[in-house]
Amino acid sequence: MHKESELRPPLILGDKTWHDITEDVCRPVESKANKWWWLAFSVSLAAFLWWVIAVSYTVGTGLGVWGLNKTVGWAWDITNFVWWVGIGHAGTLISAILLLFRQKWRLSINRSAEAMTIFAVICAASFIVSHMGRPWVAYWPLPLPNQFGSLWVNFNSPLVWDVFAISTYFSVSLVFWYSGLIPDFAVIRDRATTKWRKRIYTILSFGWVGTAKNWQRFEEVSLVLAGLSTPLVLSVHSVVSMDFATSVVPGWHTTIFPPYFVAGAIFSGFAMVQTLLIIVRKVLTLEDYITIYHIDMMNRIILITGSIVGVAYLTEFFIAWYSGVEYEQYAFINRATGPYWWAYWSMMTCNVITPQLFWSKKLRESVFATFIISIFVNIGMWFERFVIIVTSLHRDYLPSSWTMYSPTWVEAGIFIGSLGLFFTCFLLFARVFPVIAMSELKTIVKSSSEGAKKKQSQTAKQETHA
Amino acid sequence: MSAAKHKKFVYGIFNDDDVVMHAIPALRSKGLRVKDVISPFPIHGLDDALGLERTRISITCFLYGMTGCSLALLMMYYMNIFDWPMDIGGKPSFAFYKNLPAFIPVTFESTVLCAAHGMVITFFLRSKLLPGVEPHVIHPRMADDHFVMAVQIDNDSEAANVEAQLRAAGAIETKK
Repeated sequence: MHKESELRPPLILGDKTWHDITEDVCRPVESKANKWWWLAFSVSLAAFLWWVIAVSYTVGTGLGVWGLNKTVGWAWDITNFVWWVGIGHAGTLISAILLLFRQKWRLSINRSAEAMTIFAVICAASFIVSHMGRPWVAYWPLPLPNQFGSLWVNFNSPLVWDVFAISTYFSVSLVFWYSGLIPDFAVIRDRATTKWRKRIYTILSFGWVGTAKNWQRFEEVSLVLAGLSTPLVLSVHSVVSMDFATSVVPGWHTTIFPPYFVAGAIFSGFAMVQTLLIIVRKVLTLEDYITIYHIDMMNRIILITGSIVGVAYLTEFFIAWYSGVEYEQYAFINRATGPYWWAYWSMMTCNVITPQLFWSKKLRESVFATFIISIFVNIGMWFERFVIIVTSLHRDYLPSSWTMYSPTWVEAGIFIGSLGLFFTCFLLFARVFPVIAMSELKTIVKSSSEGAKKKQSQTAKQETHA
Repeated sequence: MSAAKHKKFVYGIFNDDDVVMHAIPALRSKGLRVKDVISPFPIHGLDDALGLERTRISITCFLYGMTGCSLALLMMYYMNIFDWPMDIGGKPSFAFYKNLPAFIPVTFESTVLCAAHGMVITFFLRSKLLPGVEPHVIHPRMADDHFVMAVQIDNDSEAANVEAQLRAAGAIETKK
């Protein structure tokens, strides 16, 4: 049997049995929602309604209802797209990369982080479709025969790579998530007391029975999917960054972009995981499973990736100076001191300075401080994309076309509305899906739970006495 | 269940995975045909204890991946080089080997797409996991915290003996 040092903090607090885990995880699914859930759900749904109105208005009237102009042709739409895709990255990192590294602390958080990934990518995709202006021809970037209205797509274009990257990422994440959910749906199915719950979870669980062969295949599939998802998640934000990096716009044309974007994506994703899980563990009383240790581990990742992002910002500045290209130099001086200085310095403060507070163990282990800093990082990473996109565009090669950009209520509506869409999906998920991967978490009850560690130290004491 | 419907089984219900793992060789040495163990979570080493063969699902995954890789390259060659080559931004698409670097991202994504989906679909079909399949639930807590050991018998007269042996090996309950 696998034994673990007592010095390692337990991953499950309290003397939990397998059945306790089932009870704790199934409780939200099997009970009625409280008034806080309904309040949050109503607010999210109202925000989502604004999204519906704003998107309908955009599609019905045209992109002219946005604040875009001839100089700034990409702004909040792509800022939000990149922000949402980035947020999604933490889920895949937790479920895939931490699986390959055998980090057991992923087990209590992977399910909700993967759900977050899927909903974030849905939000991101909604910006791609809405910024096309004519979403009824949204199939044009697909490699369809010429009779469908355009020539073959240009496979040398990063925008086409992006279509493949995002759709592969979304569908593979969805399948990875769903295949992990099947055994847990079976738990709810077998416990179901009402007719409809039984029927729905029978369909959702695909008739799962945990035979030895099924588990053997299940584990192999999880491992191989993790192996496939690891390069996939790194490729997705690299490809997103190439949308900018392969252009000739100063401030975008940078070879550092792929790794810099990937680090930023993981950074922002973990911040969003913290924001969500700190609420989830409280509302669903899962503090025994999502412990301070889990929060501490995620804060360490925020600290590392935040530092990588900070170094990338400084490198960009250095290279702009070192390259001797005056356009490049101006793009960066304009970022820091031009009319959008406030956006730049918001980004620098939120992304470079605030995560450095996590060098303090006290702050890393403080739920309140983590929540506040995670919000700062979310804001900072949104500003990073805004700074890269808008400040690089608004003062281009021709000073006569220099201009400013400000969003209209429609763009604000789509952004706020996408948050509504995200939280609506997440709140529904928290009510009807098992938010913790029960069947996977049960494998560490005998080795990494507080109860197991106590038992282990007791037997060790008895052995030394004898 | 790996068993066909006409086969007869006696089921032993256990509440600890270590007891199950010790019971398998012990019962087999007494001549019992332990065919399967249903567990709420994967038990490390169970497939070896039962003598299951290694799953070949990762091999299928590799084959699907190769298919995806080839299809992507073939598609891009046909569309951009063979059928309708274009010169966009002074970057012509006139030779496959010259365009290959630009084709890498789509080739990679297509490889992953086909490998992942092909493997998962194979897993679902091979394990008969599909929406609408009625599960064979032997014990209501077998997905929660109980373990079910299936022992095959030829006729009902064996059942009493098998049940007694299962109980002796640590089963908390037995079922026909």
